[in-house]
Amino acid sequence: MPRYFTEEHEWIDVDGDVATVGITDFAQGQLGDIVFVEVPDTGAELTQGGDAAVVESVKAASDVYAPVDGTVTEGNGQLEEDPALVNSDPEGEGWFFRMTLGDKSQLDGLMDAAAYKAFCDAL
Amino acid sequence: MREDDEVPIETATLPLDAWHRAKGGRMVEFAGYWMPIQYEGIMAEHLWTRESAGLFDVSHMGQLSLSGDKVAEALETLVPGDISALKPGRMRYSLLLDEDGGILDDLMITNEGDQYGIVVNGAVKWEDIGHLRENLPDDITLNHNEDYGLLALQGPKAVNALTRLVPEAASLVFMQAARVSWNGHVIALSRSGYTGEDGFEISLPNEALEAFADALCAMEEVKPIGLGARDSLRLEAGLPLYGHDLTPAIDPAEADLGFAVSKRRREEENFPGAARILGHLEEGPPRKRVGLTIDGKLPVREGAKLFDGEDEIGVVTSGGFAPSVGAPIAMGYVPRDHAVPGTAIAAEVRGKLVHCTVTAMPFVPHRYVRKTGG
Repeated sequence: MPRYFTEEHEWIDVDGDVATVGITDFAQGQLGDIVFVEVPDTGAELTQGGDAAVVESVKAASDVYAPVDGTVTEGNGQLEEDPALVNSDPEGEGWFFRMTLGDKSQLDGLMDAAAYKAFCDAL
Repeated sequence: MREDDEVPIETATLPLDAWHRAKGGRMVEFAGYWMPIQYEGIMAEHLWTRESAGLFDVSHMGQLSLSGDKVAEALETLVPGDISALKPGRMRYSLLLDEDGGILDDLMITNEGDQYGIVVNGAVKWEDIGHLRENLPDDITLNHNEDYGLLALQGPKAVNALTRLVPEAASLVFMQAARVSWNGHVIALSRSGYTGEDGFEISLPNEALEAFADALCAMEEVKPIGLGARDSLRLEAGLPLYGHDLTPAIDPAEADLGFAVSKRRREEENFPGAARILGHLEEGPPRKRVGLTIDGKLPVREGAKLFDGEDEIGVVTSGGFAPSVGAPIAMGYVPRDHAVPGTAIAAEVRGKLVHCTVTAMPFVPHRYVRKTGG
């Protein structure tokens, strides 16, 4: 299952026509203790680069952007009860939402794991 | 200097800058300085301070001293506290007021015996110095002690830790101060702080800061704590932050800081903005600073509008997740008739209304040590 990354520190796991989205380990480390996550409603139409979710640390609220166009099929309900999952398992249990892929060609513009690591190292 | 000659002011570094970075501090710009926002994490640092002892570097704050004749009387023309009644070795929280009674800064004033020490907020220290110099008589000497740093050691175990270095610490009670010596350095110690916990503020020469901070952090009770936890600790303690909860548009009655307007000064009616402030204290101010508990988990932050039904009634001036409460809390301004604890209102966050309840502060009880013993 290929995983892609954005310059805004989202990851997207693609499985056929659907994908799972979250924020990277690097992102959660920068944000610090996460106390609230607002995931999009099922059915929400997302546009690449547009607001998709909000993650709140002790200090501040940050936007999470849609890595590609598509429609939300499911938000991670577990994050409502346990937002700290984003800190403890950001690239697993701490996923944010699942979505359909509106335009698969948009994936070509994203980074793979090696490119993302190089991107973070340069920050 | 002409205005068009101004160059961007470069962010300054604290004397302990390298020490913070070596301790893993994540540095951010604050009040014109690079300062550590956190080391291991805001939540852990906050809880550590409440249960043990946290070391804060607050060297960005302005440390001033005033000496000369009748300093207390002169200061009383600018603040509403009874400074003349302040005995040597005692300190008091006060407010620098403009002529309309608006708050220019909040500050601590200490009678150090031979002079008065003043600690002001870092973000407005240059304005404060200008205001003091302009309004105090010329024969009063104002020093800005830039060669001194300021550390705060806060938490229930602060006294145990500090006493190992400075035995005199244990003999002070809340809002008492003393000049003591450590390793040949003269340091100014006070039992005070801004977290709601017992603790101390320690002013010492820049060249002694690192050794002192190292000596404290070598103790198992002590960890360095960043600005992030400092903010969440003071918010839980119900203490206002200048530039956010206090501004020149707000007077002491509105800020619910009536205790800083001393009885004698109320009778004499001779401090800046006395007519407005005394009127507000007597009849109740049109709006008042209150605490808010928040339903649910969504943090309500500075700038959020407050509503009673359809009516916009006020604004949040500080807010966030409170680690010791385990829920979001906030403070803000509401009309007098909404300031009663238990009043149900709502805050707007990203277009949604969140239920809040006006509540008495502090959110976490203060644990100041008001008498020594044991």
